[in-house]
Amino acid sequence: MNRVEKVFKELRRKNRKAFIPYIMAGDPSLERTKDTVLMLERCGADIVELGVPFTDPLADGPTIQRAAERALKAGVTLRRVMAFVKELRDHSAVPLLLMTYYNPVFKYGEERFLKDAVDAGINGVIIPDLPPDEAGGLLGLSRHADFATIFLLAPTSTEDRIRKVGRASRGFIYYVSMTGITGSRLSLDDSFSESVQNIRRTTGRPVAVGFGVSTPEEARVVSEISDGVIVGSAIVKKLHDSPDTLESFILELRRAISQR
Amino acid sequence: MPALVELEVTYREARADREFQKELVHLQKTYIGRPTPLYFARRLTESLGGAKVYLKREDLAHTGAHKINNAIGQALLAKKMGKKRLIAETGAGQHGVATATGAALMGLECEIYMGSEDMQRQALNVFRMKLLGATVTEVSVGSRTLKDAINEALRDWTTNVRTTHYVMGTVFGPHPFPMMVRDFQSVIGRETRKQIQDAEGRMPDYLVACVGGGSNAMGLFYAFLDDEVRMIGVEAGGKGIDSGEHAARFAGGSLGVFQGTKSYLLQDEDGNVLGTHSVSAGLDYASIGPEHPFLRDTGRVQYTYATDDEALSAFGHLSRMEGITPALESAHAVAETLKLAPGLPGNSIIVVNLSGRGDKDVHQVAKLKGIEL
Repeated sequence: MNRVEKVFKELRRKNRKAFIPYIMAGDPSLERTKDTVLMLERCGADIVELGVPFTDPLADGPTIQRAAERALKAGVTLRRVMAFVKELRDHSAVPLLLMTYYNPVFKYGEERFLKDAVDAGINGVIIPDLPPDEAGGLLGLSRHADFATIFLLAPTSTEDRIRKVGRASRGFIYYVSMTGITGSRLSLDDSFSESVQNIRRTTGRPVAVGFGVSTPEEARVVSEISDGVIVGSAIVKKLHDSPDTLESFILELRRAISQR
Repeated sequence: MPALVELEVTYREARADREFQKELVHLQKTYIGRPTPLYFARRLTESLGGAKVYLKREDLAHTGAHKINNAIGQALLAKKMGKKRLIAETGAGQHGVATATGAALMGLECEIYMGSEDMQRQALNVFRMKLLGATVTEVSVGSRTLKDAINEALRDWTTNVRTTHYVMGTVFGPHPFPMMVRDFQSVIGRETRKQIQDAEGRMPDYLVACVGGGSNAMGLFYAFLDDEVRMIGVEAGGKGIDSGEHAARFAGGSLGVFQGTKSYLLQDEDGNVLGTHSVSAGLDYASIGPEHPFLRDTGRVQYTYATDDEALSAFGHLSRMEGITPALESAHAVAETLKLAPGLPGNSIIVVNLSGRGDKDVHQVAKLKGIEL
C-alpha cells in the first residue's frame, strides 16, 4: 500500500474526507511555493498537489495557464520542482503529488523520472494527457515503488474505461466533475452523485473530485458524495490576486470538507 | 477518449459505406471542383533549364486551398454522427475558412480558434470566416499562434464533446485524426497519378510539397508510396536553423509527445515547447504529423527546408513566370523546386503541390516590402 492509499484508508477509518489543494510550483517563485505548502499542511491539507509548469497545459483553464506562464518565467522546470521537493522534505511531511503533462516526463525519461521522484519524496503523479492505454511503461516501473499513479475519469467515461482506469490507478481516482478544463463552472446534480458512486463501486478505489470546485459550499457538497475534494483554480487565483486572504480561505475549505 | 473511440468507429463505418463515399465524391466534384488540374508550368520550366515542372493546382479548389478536401469530409462525418457544431483551429486561416464553409454547407454551427498573432497577419481570412457565419475566437495565450489555437480547440472539445465535432485541420493529433485527414487528402495524389500518366505516360521522378502539420504532403505522397518516385517534404526554415527562429522540426527538433501525438517536436531540454517562426502562418508549428517521421526514418521521404527569404523569392518568381501567386506555405515547395530542377535532366518530371493560393498573403508580402496598401 502506498502512502496516498494509506491516507485514504486512515480517513475512511475516521469517516472523514480528503482535502487536496493544488498550487502551481514556482508561481510566482519556489520560495513562495515552499511557504504555501507549509501553510497548507498547517491548515490540515491531507495531500498537496503540485503543478509542474508546462508551455501547453491542455487540460487547464486560463487561471492555471497564467500561473504556468508565471512559473516558466521564473525558470521553473520539472527538474527544479524535483530538487525543490527534496529540499522541502526537511520541513514538511505532507503527501505530495505532482501534476505534470506527459512531455516533460517523456523528455526526462520515465525510468529516471520515477527514480528521482521517489528519491525526492514525491508520493505520486497525475498526468492528465496520459491515458492508461499509453501508460504501460510508467505503470510497470512504479509497480513495486511507494508511488501513486492517478488517472482521470470524466462524466463521458464508459464502463469499459472506468474499469481500465480502475485497474491502472494506485492511490485514488481523479473524477473530473464535468467535461471540460480546470476552473470551469461546477454543476452538481443526481447524475453526478450516481457517477461517483458507480466509479467507486466498479473500481473499488477512493474517488476524489476536482475541476470546478471553487467555494467552501461546493467543497462541502462534493465531500458528502466523494472521498476527497481537489481545489485548484480557486486557490491559485487567490494566491495571485489576494494572497492575504488565502490562509483563511484554506481554513474555510478545510472546515467545509471535514463536516460529516 | 470516448470521443476518439466514437470518431474512429464512425469513420471506419463511413469509409466502408458506399452511400457516404458516393456523397463525398459528389461534393468533391460539384462543390469543391475536383479534380483540380495538373498544370505543366512551361515558362517556369524554361526559366530553370532542367526538369519539367508540373503544378498540382489545389489553389483552384473551392476556398483556395487543399484544406477543403478534409473539411468537407469531416463535416459530412459530423453530420452523420449527429453533431450540431463544428470547431477548428487555424493558422493561416485556410483551414478555418474551409471548416466554416463545411459548416455552412451542412447547416452546422461553427467556431474557429485562431492565435492573435495569426489574426493580425491573416485579417482577410478572419473576415471571410465571419462572412461564412462562423465565430472567430482569438487565442491570446502562449505564443498566440497555431499550437495555442489547437490547445484552445481541444479544450473546447473536451468541454462540449457531446454536441461538437473537432475538425482537426492536419494529419496531427490523437488517432484517428492523422489517418482520417490523410485519407480525405489522399484524393490529391490519386488524381495526380492518373493525370501525370495521361500527360506523360509515366510516373513523375519527384514530388515536392511543403510540410507544416503535413496534410497536403501526405495527400500528395500517399498514393505514390509504392511507386519509384522520390519525394521531398519542405519545412519552414524561417530565418535559418542557426537563428533558432524557424519551424524545421527535423532539422532542429527531437522526439516528443504533444497534443496527443508522438512525433518530432521543437522543444527545450525540459520538454517545454519552443516558440516557432515562419513567414507563413500555416507552417509556423512546433510539431509534425506522425506519419512523416515514419516516412523519414524509413528513408521513403526526404525532408528539407526553405527559409523565409527563399519562400518570398519563389512567391514572386512563380507569380511573374506563370501568373500564379502561391500561398506562402506552398511557396516553400516552389522554393525547393527552384533549387532542384536546374540540376536534373530535361526529361525528368517534378510535381509540386501548389497547396493554396496566395491572395491571403498579398497584404503581408507588401508590408514586408515596406509598401502600404
